[in-house]
Amino acid sequence: MAHYEAPIRKPLVTGDKSYHDVSVDIARPVEGKANKQWWIVFSIALIAFLWGIGCIIYTISTGIGVWGLNRTVNWAWDITNFVWWVGIGHAGTLISAVLLLFRQKWRMAINRSAEAMTIFSVIQAGLFPIIHMGRPWLAYWVLPIPNQFGSLWVNFNSPLLWDVFAISTYLSVSLVFWWTGLLPDFAMIRDRAVKPFQKKIYSLLSFGWTGRAKDWQRFEEVSLVLAGLATPLVLSVHTIVSFDFATSVIPGWHTTIFPPYFVAGAIFSGFAMVNTLLIIMRKVCSLEDYITVQHIELMNIVIMITGSIVGCAYITELFIAWYSGVEYEQYAFLNRATGPYAWAYWAMMTCNVFSPQFMWSKKLRTSIMFSFFISIVVNIGMWFERFVIIVTSLHRDYLPSSWTMFSPTFVDIGIFIGTIGFFFVLFLLYSRTFPVIAQAEVKSILKASGSKYKKLRDSGKPLYEMPKGTVKKATPAPAVEGNKDEKVSALMDKLGSFNPETDTADELQKIKGVGPQMEQVLNQIGIFTFAQVSKMTKSEYDLLDSITEKFPGRAQRDDWAGQAKKLNNK
Amino acid sequence: MKYTFSNRLKIGSIVLMVVGAICLISGFLSAPSTVEEAKEMVAAAHGDGHGGGHGEEASHGTEHEEDYMEKSGHTATADSHGDSDATDKNHEAGHDASHDEHVLHQLQNRPWSALYVAAFFFFMISLGVLAFYAIQRAAQAGWSPLLFRVMEGITSYIVPGGIIVFVILLLSVLHMNHMFTWVDPEVVAHDKLLQGKKGYLNPTFFLIRAAIFLGGWIAYRQYSRKLSLAQDQADDNSNFKKNFRVSAAFLVFYLISESMMSWDWIMSLDPHWFSTLFGWYVFASMFVSGITTIALITIYLKSKGYLPEVNNSHIHDLAKFMFGISIFWTYLWFSQFMLIWYANIPEEVTYFVTRIEDYKLPFFGMLAMNFIFPLLVLMNSDYKRVNWFVVMAGIVILFGHYMDIFNMVMPATVGDQWYLGVPEIGGILFFAGLFIYYVFNALTKEELTPKRNPFIEESRHFHY
Repeated sequence: MAHYEAPIRKPLVTGDKSYHDVSVDIARPVEGKANKQWWIVFSIALIAFLWGIGCIIYTISTGIGVWGLNRTVNWAWDITNFVWWVGIGHAGTLISAVLLLFRQKWRMAINRSAEAMTIFSVIQAGLFPIIHMGRPWLAYWVLPIPNQFGSLWVNFNSPLLWDVFAISTYLSVSLVFWWTGLLPDFAMIRDRAVKPFQKKIYSLLSFGWTGRAKDWQRFEEVSLVLAGLATPLVLSVHTIVSFDFATSVIPGWHTTIFPPYFVAGAIFSGFAMVNTLLIIMRKVCSLEDYITVQHIELMNIVIMITGSIVGCAYITELFIAWYSGVEYEQYAFLNRATGPYAWAYWAMMTCNVFSPQFMWSKKLRTSIMFSFFISIVVNIGMWFERFVIIVTSLHRDYLPSSWTMFSPTFVDIGIFIGTIGFFFVLFLLYSRTFPVIAQAEVKSILKASGSKYKKLRDSGKPLYEMPKGTVKKATPAPAVEGNKDEKVSALMDKLGSFNPETDTADELQKIKGVGPQMEQVLNQIGIFTFAQVSKMTKSEYDLLDSITEKFPGRAQRDDWAGQAKKLNNK
Repeated sequence: MKYTFSNRLKIGSIVLMVVGAICLISGFLSAPSTVEEAKEMVAAAHGDGHGGGHGEEASHGTEHEEDYMEKSGHTATADSHGDSDATDKNHEAGHDASHDEHVLHQLQNRPWSALYVAAFFFFMISLGVLAFYAIQRAAQAGWSPLLFRVMEGITSYIVPGGIIVFVILLLSVLHMNHMFTWVDPEVVAHDKLLQGKKGYLNPTFFLIRAAIFLGGWIAYRQYSRKLSLAQDQADDNSNFKKNFRVSAAFLVFYLISESMMSWDWIMSLDPHWFSTLFGWYVFASMFVSGITTIALITIYLKSKGYLPEVNNSHIHDLAKFMFGISIFWTYLWFSQFMLIWYANIPEEVTYFVTRIEDYKLPFFGMLAMNFIFPLLVLMNSDYKRVNWFVVMAGIVILFGHYMDIFNMVMPATVGDQWYLGVPEIGGILFFAGLFIYYVFNALTKEELTPKRNPFIEESRHFHY
């Protein structure tokens, strides 16, 4: 990848981050403790999830009859939710694979969470067909495996079976792709981990990543191969989902534009969900410097483009239905727009076609609140799209005597809410245990696109200078070699002394990594305030380590100086 | 460095035009003018044992197909044909005569179709490049600015190419040929389906739409080119920004107009048939042809010592697009074909039945050229940087997409009376000559490398 970047491009990492800052910022949510808001949201999600499990158990123990399906509308919420969740999953693979092939650097801040979203939403999607089987313990019957049941064999002519293959392949490849990207990041957390248990876990998760050149070379190769594999997969999955409908002869379902239009719609809804999740996450995990307004703006533009493509497809369907001269086709669309489900149709039109058009305005697409609002609107709109396609095409068939309406039962609603809960449970757990930004990849663009280096380049300064501390350290070398008192005085010279009469001592334990014991040690040396700690650099850390002879490297790893600077400003 | 149109290429393009024009004219002169002549020609063609994948049997197949279509037309007009038993015999006799006339029309259409397919194909290349160019501008791509002048050169052909297509459409509306059967009020009067479409498929509205589409595309081409040149002379980026905005706006217009254009200019040749995907399918075809042409012309210019800063990473990227969009085209081809084949609804499937029965070789041959060939040749990363490999793949892709348009147009206009003979080859030669002459002439007008594009430095450093 070319490392030169035109000066008119805006930085993708703001806040003058150095390489070390990236590690610290991205490891923070994993190393720190969950705050109250996290627990509140997690509890709500968990309750929804448990409620969903209750509804699922009720469905399976009683039968599919507890759903609102009837003879005419024999497919409704289950398949709507299935398609909705599969669609949401698409953005993750698109961001990680297609944007990788297009060398879009901005994907690096968002790909990790987008891929996580993919995997979690595909899990939700997969639940619906399995529940709908009624006897989920026989779910393996959908696989063409040798069996003792005589002529029992799957129907290879059915798009529903193609779904089984497409989605399971998609899930596996996405998982492998995701995990491959995670290896260097898990290794980073492993190397920073203080507690042996965490170290153990993260070294298992990172598959023994060493960071040698060979590791990186293979990493790049496998990423490219997986991206190449994942790209046709993204297209194939929703294409096959669209075949579930389009191979039939039902007016409103059978139309050739379905495959690319479903894919565009999936990307559309997926980006909306990524926006929903990341706008919250950047705030909660204070990642505003990595997921910048520019990232949100670019995602809004993708939403606008895919929304317009979807809109174009809606209009094409509508026009061709008229143009075809087939009266059943014409009625299907007339019924959508003016029949008893017209409210759903117009909700879909408003949410999916009109609302993304606001993003033409630079002011609106760079507004965080507005982006969040639109992302929710689009999520709702895309749910309605599937509902409109499925339910309104079925509810008035060729036989007017069987015309009917569909109304969901509390079980339908409960399972849907349950999957939303399940999704958020998984995502919230992920956000506390996984590095939510691909830090290794962000570091690879830091020199070209980080604001710190951009500024240095613009002012004509070298991008890297030997830290002054090391030079200094070389001269008072005897002091370091000397006895403890000399070291203490050398350290205090740099940090400034503490005068108990004029200054007030700070509670140093507020710094992460400083326990009661360490505070005592620091006080003995003469360090009492955040101001003193904030002056520490590499050479002071080394001095401190040689004085205390405990936890070597810890102060630097936890970035005591940076923490103290923040605490001091409070 | 400015490009100078070499004499050899100039003479070559003029020779192509002259030879092509002669072939086309001979095609028009040898078309039959009466039913008897047409019958003779068909008989002679069969006597010669003309192969081409459509013998006696196949042509009967089409007749059945047409009978079938007519019947399905009848079901739509069931009321007026309720008493079919009594009139069956008369109908049969009348049918023979109408069949002969049909063959006459098909044979008369042949030179027109040969002209139209080639005219549309080369026009479509420049329109595809225009879309690619607008996408590069709107996406603020950093790799491609070095190729902008090449793209602008190709899109210059949209003016003469567009005008020629428009004139052919105009002549069709004026009943100079029978390509668009729905322009004939006689035909519409007996066809309930076409009567239903009259609000959209009527000659006036058809020409108005064509004028709007062409006007919009040409206006964007000229304006964007103007801004692109002005940016080189300016001392700020305002032209660049304006170009970004106008390109985004163009893409919206293009999204809608391209689909409608494909319904109008191609899909309505089979006026009973419809497919919602058709517009995007035609788009994929023009997009890949356009990108291929950019690659071919860039490689040609480089071989003559121009474009020194274009490196093999640029060629690699173009070849990646050729590869990727070829697969995208296949995806859309498959989606359209597979859904119609699977559902097997009579009014839709007739389209592919005709093509498989009468056009087996071009129909499946096109698939080999447009999918299997680029897939195998351009799969390897290293091959995408080898110029002669890209050129070879490019020529096959271009010919494959000519065949794609051929397969879209010919079955509707000439039915089973298709040939790849003198007028067809003449059409290709004439428009290839015109295209080369016009595009390379446009390339001589300005410096081949933009100077002040803000991303030009990125493009120079581009290394994959």
